[in-house]
Amino acid sequence: MSIKLDSKIPSGPLEEKWSKHKFDMKLVNPANKRKHTLIVVGTGLAGASASATLAELGYKVKTFCIHESPRRAHSIAAQGGINAAKNYQNDGDSVYRLFYDTIKGGDFRAREGNVYRLAEISPNIIDQCVAQGVPFAREYGGALANRSFGGSQVSRTFYARGQTGQQLLIGAYQAMMRQVGLGTVELHYRREMLDLVVVDGQARGIIVRNLTTGELESHSADAVILATGGYGNVFYFSTNAKMSNVTASWRAHKQGAAFGNPCFTQIHPTCIPYSGDHQSKLTLMSESLRNDGRCWVPKQKGDKRPPEQIPDEDRDYYLERVYPSFGNLAPRDVSSRQAKYRVDEGRGVGPSGVAVYLDFRDAINRVGKAGIEQRYDNLFDMYAKITGDDPYKVPMRIYPAVHYTMGGLWVDYNLMSTIPGLHVLGEANFSDHGANRLGASALMQGLADGYFVIPYTIGHYLAGTSIPKVDANHDAFKAAKAAAQARIDALFAVKGGKTVDDIHRQLGNIMWEKVGMARNKAGLQTAVGEIQKLREEFWQNVRVSGEANNLNPELEKAGRLADFLELGELMATDALERNESCGGHFREEFQTPDNEAQRDDENYCHVSAWEYTGDSSLKGKKSWQLHKESLTFERIKLATRSYK
Amino acid sequence: MGGTNGKKLNLKLKVWRQKNSKDAGHFEEYDAKDISTDCSFLEMLDIVNNKLIVEGKDPIAFDHDCREGICGSCGMTINGNPHGADRGTTACQLHMRRFNDGETIVIEPFRAKAFPVLKDLTVDRSAFDKIIQSGGFVSVNTGSAPDANAQLVPKEKADLAFHAATCIGCGACVAACANSSAMLFTSAKISHLGLLPQGEPERDRRVLKMMETMEEAGFGNCSNTGACSLACPKDIKFENIANLNAEFLRASIRSRD
Repeated sequence: MSIKLDSKIPSGPLEEKWSKHKFDMKLVNPANKRKHTLIVVGTGLAGASASATLAELGYKVKTFCIHESPRRAHSIAAQGGINAAKNYQNDGDSVYRLFYDTIKGGDFRAREGNVYRLAEISPNIIDQCVAQGVPFAREYGGALANRSFGGSQVSRTFYARGQTGQQLLIGAYQAMMRQVGLGTVELHYRREMLDLVVVDGQARGIIVRNLTTGELESHSADAVILATGGYGNVFYFSTNAKMSNVTASWRAHKQGAAFGNPCFTQIHPTCIPYSGDHQSKLTLMSESLRNDGRCWVPKQKGDKRPPEQIPDEDRDYYLERVYPSFGNLAPRDVSSRQAKYRVDEGRGVGPSGVAVYLDFRDAINRVGKAGIEQRYDNLFDMYAKITGDDPYKVPMRIYPAVHYTMGGLWVDYNLMSTIPGLHVLGEANFSDHGANRLGASALMQGLADGYFVIPYTIGHYLAGTSIPKVDANHDAFKAAKAAAQARIDALFAVKGGKTVDDIHRQLGNIMWEKVGMARNKAGLQTAVGEIQKLREEFWQNVRVSGEANNLNPELEKAGRLADFLELGELMATDALERNESCGGHFREEFQTPDNEAQRDDENYCHVSAWEYTGDSSLKGKKSWQLHKESLTFERIKLATRSYK
Repeated sequence: MGGTNGKKLNLKLKVWRQKNSKDAGHFEEYDAKDISTDCSFLEMLDIVNNKLIVEGKDPIAFDHDCREGICGSCGMTINGNPHGADRGTTACQLHMRRFNDGETIVIEPFRAKAFPVLKDLTVDRSAFDKIIQSGGFVSVNTGSAPDANAQLVPKEKADLAFHAATCIGCGACVAACANSSAMLFTSAKISHLGLLPQGEPERDRRVLKMMETMEEAGFGNCSNTGACSLACPKDIKFENIANLNAEFLRASIRSRD
């Protein structure tokens, strides 16, 4: 089987594409909608908003949630805000400007048509959320407040203190729970998707494991919608929640869904650093801190003096030195790499040596402690709780961490993957952010997909496709269930000596060192071999304790790690193939003399979509075939981003 | 590392082990050795679990996810206090530097009739979702919203609504309450939506439905001890309950035929 990529971008002027498409798409009449059952996997912003909206339209929706409650989905942890081209500040914003900023921020590796639609929809999202009762920040006059974010010169970010994701998720969750109460959404808690069921080339259902009882269940539908988030946890250490995983996407990939730009990873510069073997994850400190904090390391290697005893002349304020015009507000990818260079030079700080200082001394002297408290109080508190340090007295120690994955399952303009009927929303798909996502755009995209895109495009699919009757007794379901069971049995059968976390940390280390912030050919080649070897070790030496027919977090983690061990290889393979630097993908061989990313528009102005062509045995070596969707820019002129 | 000291602790744990919802359950003792004071409480449990796995034993099951204090997954009672003794802190944000070498720590699941234990420290809090689905929303279909600035909301009200809306639904309030009441949780939602003009049309209906569901789910009533608010990791204010009572009374009178 070979995949043919058709992005299905509507013809016509950029500004009219979505309107025209909305008119051209087929409709399902209200009486027929209730005859269609749709499966939604995931209940974050994209999944919850899609579930609610599709149910409001009259479809029968079956929604699956890996958590004990939909409100726990990882969207809840988003801090900063959500962009929208409302131009409430009268500062020159427009749909076109948001579109332009997003394309440029993504280093010209996203589709014009998709991104314009995203910008066009963005104002409706804010309207919808406010109507639901999302308590956004307001001015004294009662109007909505905005703030600025990176990569833009206008103030278009709506926010609810540092908890914007929480408030938006609760809005979408409540809208969905209303439908659960009305009986139009059938909600399944604590279910993990283990496979996609494809019948006659169409996505027709899923196999899930009931995480409480261990029972495998088959669920059929007329179409399947995945909204299962990103795969940053392949690095073990990331700002993602512990349960975030790639399994649903990966299983779909192995059933024929192409994976788009897997190597595009966003590494956020300001996170609380790794502090020892006991540590389980990394915590983000909002980018806004760099408005007042100054990044530095000692000039001398191995300078072990406490930071307050190191005088200014012995400090290297490296961002201010290297990027005099942007200084501490240099973009995310640049700031992250610079911190890594300092640590690699042996000038990192703290007991581990893998951190840099973010120092508020000068800001406190300038505006006083109270001034800083007003701006960052909750962040300073969180930092103090985790590290035991008082950042008002000693500089914060920070280091970059994996935060978001721009790559994901390839989808067309209708958000449909290369498997007919399988649609993918939110961070789980690859679209819209190109090679680098701007701050406050993830929430926007998740909600755009769920509230305003899929409700239209799913109807077009259902109305225009012959969908034969299939239920969960079909042989394809039986086979998929048996395969899922065999996989669980195989995990228990290994009975090795290493815990899942031990092997996951090893994988994370390979990924971070060789497929992380800066990559090169030799390192990536080594990584591919090391990951293959580690995958073999996993299947020979992992220890999965507990029982299959009970709540068993170790078994869950083992299944997810098995998939990460395959994904990691694909990420390295993709990074190796893309012989250019763009956005978050930095290949050391391809940089300008002043260490900026050097794109190669001649040869790499395309989406890399990988088709799985490996055998389906559990342990065999995997292989993929690359397909390219070339990106055509009708409106925007390709240009080099400059930060100096 | 931390600014503290990177000291190591040796602790005794008394942990509630319960195979499933039907099992009676019992306490078991474990040694937690060489625990860095920079560990979070959950990371300390990870270390204990790793040892159990290597020994071929079943690790202690507990819910957790974001480990940043926002998802509300980690619910456990530590030395009698939901999320431990620190104010305004979830178990995942509680750090071992708050404990002393040689200490014995008692760890139990959140105890409440409405939160049945699924395994060990993992409980089923879906009763909270039932309360929300009965009325904790604004009935507005996607696409039917007016411009976001069409209705102005005084900043003071918006801030109060926001504060109530920061509830993470962890259930510590229920675990802390002698009556296992869900009044603080329910009142936070009533305040959040009731303070905003968008929530006004369903104001009476919402409070009546949510209170009815709360009772049906097996939560007790409020006897005004305020333990809920003290245990709340997000400092949801006790005064929300007074507001809930007022709203309930108002709605009850207005809805009489």
